[in-house]
Amino acid sequence: MSAIVATLRPYQAVFKARFTLLLQYRAAAFAGFVTQCWWGGIKLMVLAAFFRSVRTTPMTFQQAVDYVWLGQAFLTLLPWSVDPEIARMVRSGDVAYERLRPLDAHAFWYARAIARRTATPLLRAIPMVLTAGLLFHVFGMSEWALSPPAGVQAAALFFLSMVLVILLSSAIATLMDIATVAALSERGVNALVGPLVIVFSGSLVPLPLFPDWLQPALRLQPLAGLLDTPFRIYGGHFAGLDALAALGRQAMWTIVLVLLGRLFMRRVMARLQAQGG
Amino acid sequence: MNGLRLYGRYVSVSWRSQMQYPASFIATSIGAFATTITDFIAIWALFARFRQIEGWRFDEVALLYGVISVSFALADGLTRGFDVFGERFVKTGDFDRLLVRPRSTALQLLGYEFRATRIGRLAQGMLAWGVGVHLSSVDWTWTAWGTLLFAVLGGVALFSGILVLQATLAFWTVESLEIANTLTYGGVEAGQYPLDIYARWFRNFLTFVVPLACISYFPVASVLGRVERTGVTGWLLPITPAFGFVFLGVALWVWGFGVRRYTSTGS
Amino acid sequence: MPSTHIVIEGLTKTFRVAERRIGAMGAITGLLQRRWRTVQALRGISFTLEEGELLGLIGPNGAGKSTTLKILCGILEPSTGRCQVGGLVPWRDRVRHVARIGAVFGQRTQLWWDLPVVESFELLRDIYRVPLERYRKTADELIALLDLDRILGTPVRQLSLGQRMRCEIAASMLHEPRVLFLDEPTIGLDAVAKLAVREFVKTLNREHGVSVILTTHDMQDIEALAERVIVIGKGVILADGSLDALRRGALAERRLWVHFANDVEDVRVAGVSVRQRQGRSVELSFDPRVTSAHRLIAQVAAEFEVEDVHLEEPPIEEVIARFYALHAVEA
Repeated sequence: MSAIVATLRPYQAVFKARFTLLLQYRAAAFAGFVTQCWWGGIKLMVLAAFFRSVRTTPMTFQQAVDYVWLGQAFLTLLPWSVDPEIARMVRSGDVAYERLRPLDAHAFWYARAIARRTATPLLRAIPMVLTAGLLFHVFGMSEWALSPPAGVQAAALFFLSMVLVILLSSAIATLMDIATVAALSERGVNALVGPLVIVFSGSLVPLPLFPDWLQPALRLQPLAGLLDTPFRIYGGHFAGLDALAALGRQAMWTIVLVLLGRLFMRRVMARLQAQGG
Repeated sequence: MNGLRLYGRYVSVSWRSQMQYPASFIATSIGAFATTITDFIAIWALFARFRQIEGWRFDEVALLYGVISVSFALADGLTRGFDVFGERFVKTGDFDRLLVRPRSTALQLLGYEFRATRIGRLAQGMLAWGVGVHLSSVDWTWTAWGTLLFAVLGGVALFSGILVLQATLAFWTVESLEIANTLTYGGVEAGQYPLDIYARWFRNFLTFVVPLACISYFPVASVLGRVERTGVTGWLLPITPAFGFVFLGVALWVWGFGVRRYTSTGS
Repeated sequence: MPSTHIVIEGLTKTFRVAERRIGAMGAITGLLQRRWRTVQALRGISFTLEEGELLGLIGPNGAGKSTTLKILCGILEPSTGRCQVGGLVPWRDRVRHVARIGAVFGQRTQLWWDLPVVESFELLRDIYRVPLERYRKTADELIALLDLDRILGTPVRQLSLGQRMRCEIAASMLHEPRVLFLDEPTIGLDAVAKLAVREFVKTLNREHGVSVILTTHDMQDIEALAERVIVIGKGVILADGSLDALRRGALAERRLWVHFANDVEDVRVAGVSVRQRQGRSVELSFDPRVTSAHRLIAQVAAEFEVEDVHLEEPPIEEVIARFYALHAVEA
């Protein structure tokens, strides 16, 4: 018996150490959560004021509320910055060693990007969804609260769409990583992509609220599939055929960007080899 | 006076230090410009559709946005010392170094680094300001410009004060409290729009606790002639930025308090 | 010129340290309720320093040396007690006091990392408000004395530790302070750099009359510089006097190496112990208060054929270590 306890001891120690670390991490995550609530709150107050000034709007206020809160909840799913591991490899010159792996480089990096976008972002979404979805209702702030999906079909398609978000976002992130290798630094990529993503995904302002003449272009561009598509489906703004078309666009862009990524990766790796790493 | 000269030296030193890496400086500045201008893009997009918010038009909000953006850009560029205070000075004990010099610690922290890359935000703020001026139908007298410039000065003082307070917290808890960012960046976000769109309690908070209203909303409203909605008598409006200085004064007093605590507990 | 007389009376300093709890449960309860532990860093320190004196402060880690120095610099307030430097109370008249002192902290740098050394100097000149003419003269002297000419244009981050320390010391003297506090100035330096630093401090003190308080772990610093030594242990002063007096105290011991002409079996002299033997040489340890070296040599020579002798002090580290042990102070 004591032998079992003895063998378990190191694992127990590691678990305890991890747990304590997690507690510290919680404090930082909490600060982040408060900030997100604040941001969402201000955005909604501003939108509410705008909505008051006109009679017809392309989306209902309730849909806008859902859009904003979901946008805050799933913020970390978006391709904000280059994978820090890869940035480090590029800076230290280790990236050439990626070629030593008996793996398809693009597939490997793509898989990493997907992994980054599953566990943690979904976990971080929970407190936000709970707060906006439950607490707000409880405290009588229902006009500002997150409401449930616009029906069973909406919920199902929403779920599908979110899966595609992960795939699409990871494809874009992988492209960013490859661009970093090509540029030999992550600075430029990080600086440029952030603003583009925040505007064209709908994170800054819900896409339906942009001027009418921009709508066709906004609808077709790839970043719309990162945030706009799933949340419009959720709120019933895209229903039926519209929803399916949007899902189709998400899927199409994912495939295109993955293929582009593979092409790009091959060119960049070849160049690395030519330059001696 | 000598303090000002010393500060000038600090700035020159910091500038030359950053100019040793010109590519990085340019890239970061452009990045800052791109990131901050998204806020203005949001304003533009929403106004393109909605035309007005609580009676304010695009050019008027552009002006409001420009003024607060410029104030924050300047304050942000000046106060890096306070920004990194907890990490670089309290945690490491390097604050002792500052105490051993015959100068105020606040002045030395102010001189720690002059963040030139903040020019990115400054540029887009000035762009928005320019758009607002160009499109507006305001009579641009010397008083109008004077009011806005005073607003910027008060704004720099206010934001600097917030950052000084944030740094003072580091004396008590060495972990940097990022929640303070909600006051600076959040304050800039909230202050971009006329405060009458917000709930009463929020408006009061932004007037009496952290006087953001005094350094953007009130002076700009007075220049635009939108006096009634503010709930403040007309002649008072242009001088409200003075409260930014009051806030800074309070912040520095609290700072001194924090320094005393540091020397008595040895951190 | 303001006096540099230093007076310390009954200094105590108590710190409250938050107790760190171990384990996960500990982390949680630690967030809710903090427990405090009191640490008495200083428990009554008193001494005075005359103008132009050079004092060495030694003691084991945690004894209170750095705390004392910080209080003298004005960056820490004592819990109770009195302290005056040149008539000023360091922590109360901080700005005025600090303008008159120089301080070098061994582990920290006061120079600007990315800048050439000379630019740090000029910035310090502005901070300390040194008039241009005097600055030029002082800087030239310091640069010559510490041999900094070739590294003036080098950014501080590219300097070796020895070079950096020479620059640090020069920097601390740019405003011509009459009092200099040095906290472990030779730590981590190679032998050549140590010598340079010691020479410089000696010159400052002996030729320019600068009062110096120096804390160190390196006993050779003490031997080279300090006429007066204060030993601090557990927050109190254990000894205050010259190094010789310290040696001659309860730890009185001198050592005599005797090299015999022939193999010697047994060397026995009253009141003398044999420390070690190496072939035909024997190291004897004796108490100089009981036997004089002269008499001992005569005694040994009378009994045996002696080829050579030489007299030694026990290394100062040993003296101090035994001193600590005597006073039950952990080194």
